[in-house]
Amino acid sequence: MDLTYTPEEEDFRARLRAWLGEVLPRLPAKPAATDWPGRRAYDTAWQRMLYDAGYAGLHWPRDAGGQGATPTQHLIFLEETERAGAPYVGANFVGLLHAGPTLAVEGSAAQRVRWLPPILRGDEIWCQGFSEPDAGSDLAALRTRAVRDGDSYVVSGSKIWTSHAEVADWCELLVRTDPAAPRHRGISWLAMPMDAPGVTVRPLRTLAGSAEFAEMFLDEVRVPVGNRVGAENDGWRVTMVTLSFERGTAFVGEVVACRRVLGALARAARANGRWDDAVLRRRLGRLHAELAALWRLIQWNVSEATGAPPGAGRRGNGGGVPGAGGSVFKLRYSHVRQELYDTAAEVLGAGALDADHEWIADRLSSLSYTIAAGTSQIQRNIVAERILGLPKGR
Amino acid sequence: MDFQLTADQRALRDGTRELLAGRFGRERLRAAVEEPALDRALWRELGAAGFFALRLPEADGGVGLGLPEAVLVFEEAGRALLPGPLVACQLLAGAVDGVAAGEKIVGLCEAERDPVLWEHPAECDELILVEEGAGRGGAGPGGGLRGAHGRTGGAYRSAQDRVVCAPFASIDPLTPLARVMDLPRAAPLALDAPRLRREAALLTAAQQLGSAARTVEMAVGHAREREQFGVPIGSFQAVKHLCAQMLVRAEIARSAVYVASVTECVLDVAAAKLLADEAAVGNARDCLQVHGGMGFTWEADVHLHLKRAWLRAERWGVAREAEELLAAGLID
Ligand SMILES: Cc1cc2nc3c(=O)[nH]c(=O)nc-3n(C[C@H](O)[C@H](O)[C@H](O)COP(=O)(O)OP(=O)(O)OC[C@H]3O[C@@H](n4cnc5c(N)ncnc54)[C@H](O)[C@@H]3O)c2cc1C
Repeated sequence: MDLTYTPEEEDFRARLRAWLGEVLPRLPAKPAATDWPGRRAYDTAWQRMLYDAGYAGLHWPRDAGGQGATPTQHLIFLEETERAGAPYVGANFVGLLHAGPTLAVEGSAAQRVRWLPPILRGDEIWCQGFSEPDAGSDLAALRTRAVRDGDSYVVSGSKIWTSHAEVADWCELLVRTDPAAPRHRGISWLAMPMDAPGVTVRPLRTLAGSAEFAEMFLDEVRVPVGNRVGAENDGWRVTMVTLSFERGTAFVGEVVACRRVLGALARAARANGRWDDAVLRRRLGRLHAELAALWRLIQWNVSEATGAPPGAGRRGNGGGVPGAGGSVFKLRYSHVRQELYDTAAEVLGAGALDADHEWIADRLSSLSYTIAAGTSQIQRNIVAERILGLPKGR
Repeated sequence: MDFQLTADQRALRDGTRELLAGRFGRERLRAAVEEPALDRALWRELGAAGFFALRLPEADGGVGLGLPEAVLVFEEAGRALLPGPLVACQLLAGAVDGVAAGEKIVGLCEAERDPVLWEHPAECDELILVEEGAGRGGAGPGGGLRGAHGRTGGAYRSAQDRVVCAPFASIDPLTPLARVMDLPRAAPLALDAPRLRREAALLTAAQQLGSAARTVEMAVGHAREREQFGVPIGSFQAVKHLCAQMLVRAEIARSAVYVASVTECVLDVAAAKLLADEAAVGNARDCLQVHGGMGFTWEADVHLHLKRAWLRAERWGVAREAEELLAAGLID
């Protein structure tokens, strides 16, 4: 257990802080939450700035276009960018946080060269086409079919809840390539160009009022066989890699942001007199403990996923892919986030009825956290079966 | 930064687990339930193994390790439900003769707590009173952990024969308790009282963590074995989800406890105690539920974990105090 930072790491932090101090004041105003094209432009422009300054894909391997930095530097990056109030990954979420990392681990050399640099430069946006109308939690029930025809797969079916589909260039798409095989065995993982003929996207309005996800209809869409990541029918294994990044690391930066919000809540409560309510104060205090511990859990997970020889750790598997411990994090975090914004509403009083208030908009979107990326019920199944070894069942 | 246990730390943890399994296994535990007098031979053996002298410098006959190692050892003690004033003896090992070697048993008494509890009143050779500095005393909000925060406070030895105490039926069958009615302060002890409180809270949290981790194992073990409706109850999702939540509580507490052992920061310690108390109490309750009717019996060990967890949660900073402290820490 060593929580000290090396002089190089401290130096990295100082340089990053200086850079943020310089560029953030010059950023344009953030577009409205409902303006997706505007948000795409904003988010990708920020990604480009990170890229040009050498901060994109910090901890990705160099042969994947990354900087080859240590996981600790990456955590420092998350701490500093969040603390400074830098823009969130936004539309770059899927590419940067789980499609990209999956390609870095599972993609061929040619695939890494083709797809990773544009993700890092902010040139291309990815979305995730996993869920289907009849296959959400039971993802392996997916029915979208891909039939081989020469050098292409011909894909037909439909997907749902596809975040950022409207503005995406690529989709990590799960398809069934062998309908006769047992359900987990006949799936493949494809990179589908969103502008291919036959792709139709129909936005769905969320309870937050925005259209951040969509339905996707695929009508004989041709996807080159070379866009398949991993072997044919071995897509379930690749999917598990994607999901472990999604659950294990994708929300990591947000914890720091939540701590920033918590501090702001306390100050707001002091200013408006609600601080005198001991029940509210104690809730804030407990959230302080929870968020601090979640951040430490991340440090622990990262140490184990990257450093420990296989089998030595509690949860990690040593290969740089987060272990099922990500589900432990995701479970607690998604509930703590909801608790945080419920507490924000308590601080605001009647102001909590203003849907445009930043905290209230976030309160609405926090409702998705116990559902998206695998519901809390599914995470509990994973923890019970994969970590605790309880028998599968109903 | 590398937030994993070192090979030495893992070896220390495993060695402690083995030692305790050998010397305080299930039979000894159940015997202690019937007869809670402390086992002096075991105490000396713990002393010889360096349990109390763990953090004393090697020049003074100690093991020369730090707080993270002490936390690992106390986690094991918590797992094993080892009874006795372990925290007091670890903290006073350098200050009171004979404690480091396990020859003498001392108790610590928190001046601000009401009632002022005393573990194993009949068996402590000496009682040390810890109190906060003038102006901050009293059992008001923040008493316990704010003491850890404060810069003042002191510790006093007492003449054992002048302490007036009133034993009462302790909820924990393994930990006799008494209310201290009068404790005349004798010689002051040259101890850093705020630090002592901080470390007491952290070592108590470490025991809670060990207990929380142990009850996860007990619940999972039972859920795998016990069958109903023709299948192990662990295949029922309602049971699975209880177990999964138990692991989440334990892991969150572990992160908080380990990190506080490295930073020794007041807020980290408060968070560690808060989350470890919650993990120990919550997990013992859920473990009891998973055990069904058997969980409600005296025969099962579950209640022993729950009762000890309640006892520890009352000492060295309760939830309200930790939460208030952490809330105040948001505004600086
Ligand atoms: C904001 C948001 C963004 C999303 N973005 C994407 C995206 O970009 N790409 C994508 O592919 N998907 C996306 N999703 C979909 C998300 O992954 C699914 O919604 C989720 O996996 C749940 O599936 P479902 O909606 O079909 O619900 P269902 O599976 O129908 O679940 C309904 C309820 O039943 C419970 N349930 C289901 N099965 C079990 C079980 N075995 N045990 C216990 N309880 C069970 C669930 O926990 C839930 O409470 C997004 C979802 C949201 C909310």
